[in-house]
Amino acid sequence: MTPTPDTASATPPAAASRRTQEFFLGEGVPESGTENLVVNLGPSHPAMHGIVRIVTELDGEQVVKTDVEIGYLHRAFEKECEVGPYNAAMPYTDRLNYVSPLINNFGFCSAVEKLLGIQVTERCDYIRVILSEISRISDHLTCVGASAMELGAFTVFLYMIKAREYLWEVIEAVTGARLTISHGRVGGLKADLPPDFEAGVRRAFAETRTVLAESHKLLTTNRIFVDRMQGVGILSREDAIAYAVTGPLLRASGVPFDVRRATPYWVYDRLDFEIPVGESGDNYDRYLVRMAEMEQSMRIAEQALARLPGGPVNVDHEGRPFALPAEYVDRGKLGKTEGLLITDIRLSPNLAGQERRHHVKVNAPDKRTVLPPKETTYGSIEGLMNHFMLIMDGYGIRPPRGEVYFAVEGANGELGFYIVSDGTDRPYRVRCRPPCLPPMAALHRMLEGGMVADIVPTFGSVNMIGGELDR
Amino acid sequence: MNGIDILARLTERFGTAMLASHAEQGDHTALVERAALPEVLRFCRDDAALGFDMLMDLTAVDYLTYPGREDAPRFEIVYHLYSVPHNHRVRIKAGVEEDDLVVPTAVPLWPIADWFEREVWDMFGLRFAGHRDLRRLLLYEQFEGHPLRKDYPVSKRQPLIGPRN
Repeated sequence: MTPTPDTASATPPAAASRRTQEFFLGEGVPESGTENLVVNLGPSHPAMHGIVRIVTELDGEQVVKTDVEIGYLHRAFEKECEVGPYNAAMPYTDRLNYVSPLINNFGFCSAVEKLLGIQVTERCDYIRVILSEISRISDHLTCVGASAMELGAFTVFLYMIKAREYLWEVIEAVTGARLTISHGRVGGLKADLPPDFEAGVRRAFAETRTVLAESHKLLTTNRIFVDRMQGVGILSREDAIAYAVTGPLLRASGVPFDVRRATPYWVYDRLDFEIPVGESGDNYDRYLVRMAEMEQSMRIAEQALARLPGGPVNVDHEGRPFALPAEYVDRGKLGKTEGLLITDIRLSPNLAGQERRHHVKVNAPDKRTVLPPKETTYGSIEGLMNHFMLIMDGYGIRPPRGEVYFAVEGANGELGFYIVSDGTDRPYRVRCRPPCLPPMAALHRMLEGGMVADIVPTFGSVNMIGGELDR
Repeated sequence: MNGIDILARLTERFGTAMLASHAEQGDHTALVERAALPEVLRFCRDDAALGFDMLMDLTAVDYLTYPGREDAPRFEIVYHLYSVPHNHRVRIKAGVEEDDLVVPTAVPLWPIADWFEREVWDMFGLRFAGHRDLRRLLLYEQFEGHPLRKDYPVSKRQPLIGPRN
């Protein structure tokens, strides 16, 4: 890391052996030595995923010092959460990690549920696990694909985005949206799974496995890829712990810490999975850990699918004619409620799974937190009152006073929510522990001493997500 | 070590500096005196039985409008610690009075505290004694005020700044 003395100033070179640099810049003042160059990377630069600025001090090609500047995507997530009721924070949590929004949704919901002391249904837990694992795979696919593309492997990027597309189709079928999903609800889910969910997941996993096998062939022993990744961007085990780095980066440094195993939540303690661990903590190990984790995530999701309680849903088992949703609602509004409660209806996609028979499967049986099914809302006075008691300003979900910290394993590490309640329907304070922030704080440890060209793959392996980093 | 033992060990070591403790929802929490904070944190990290080698999170809460806390310190600083070898957690809190917004830094113990403390300074205006580079983390330097304080209106506008040349 010591600056090498400039040969040009030490011995005046012959004109024939001049370097290109000297041709353009002149030979400089003799005996003047060299000076470090400060280069700005970002904030608006294609290789800076999202927007982040890295001020680097370079000695030739070598990085001497870096200063990472974040905050360009700050949206006052924590302040905005304090303004509205608990469920109103759900769309904001989507935007924390926009590649795997479901994990954020469910993490926030579970934190509030822990504060309330309620238990969601078993089926809801399983669905949360399955959807979280699908999200984790799509997150890892994006990260590995983008990192590979930045090293010139454009094919891998296309393959991985193709696999992600299959996964997102499944998510779209469940939630009705691709990116800003808002599928979680305190006490349950927005809706139950669609009828062809299992087949869709199996098809998407088959495609993902094909893509992973192809990518392994293209990358894992690829000379260019290995040379660029191995021994680059090393984060030692000690540094990773001292910087509170979690997730794939910590595991690549050899620490088998995974929130799903360390403090099991939902039903992870009933599912069998391995925690892939690296050795050297370099970019290559992070790549391997992520590739292995995708396979483990598929394993988890498949086990959860096989054990998913509650049986098939959305099956019109009796073949009864049902009223159209709009007609149903209109009749309810006019007070013609006779027979409504026994009518089997199928609501429009954005309310799918809000029917009573789905409702009891995926939502906690707690009237203080979960909106009643629409049949009850429109069909009975008790249901209508319950609905309004949850919707009205100053009512709604009112956890007891206190504080709670709940962590889930996000795609990038421990995603924690620290919530303080003052007993009203608005959270007094919501703190999101972003999994991306510690690796970004430790980024200078990975970059300094390396080459300037290695900034891009190292930064890519951190998988910075601006949404959760800047909140 | 379970949470009760952790709190017992801290009480045994620090006695009166431990102001309160609770285990709401299974999160074991110790409220300590601010002056004792550096020692408590160092003990948490270095004691073999505790071994909290990871500062999982550091944040603050402004209790200005919290009902029933009119006499208590306005701010609270909150440390979430995790131990990799022992797989246990604890939350350490300390009150910070409004007329003396200085908290001892935790950077020598955990380097990640550098950014966490910068964020707390940015959002709450708490200063950290001994922090060498207490710049704003998420907001820009011309920003006026500290937005996560309860007396900062959510709709407040800030002066627009142009690019620096």
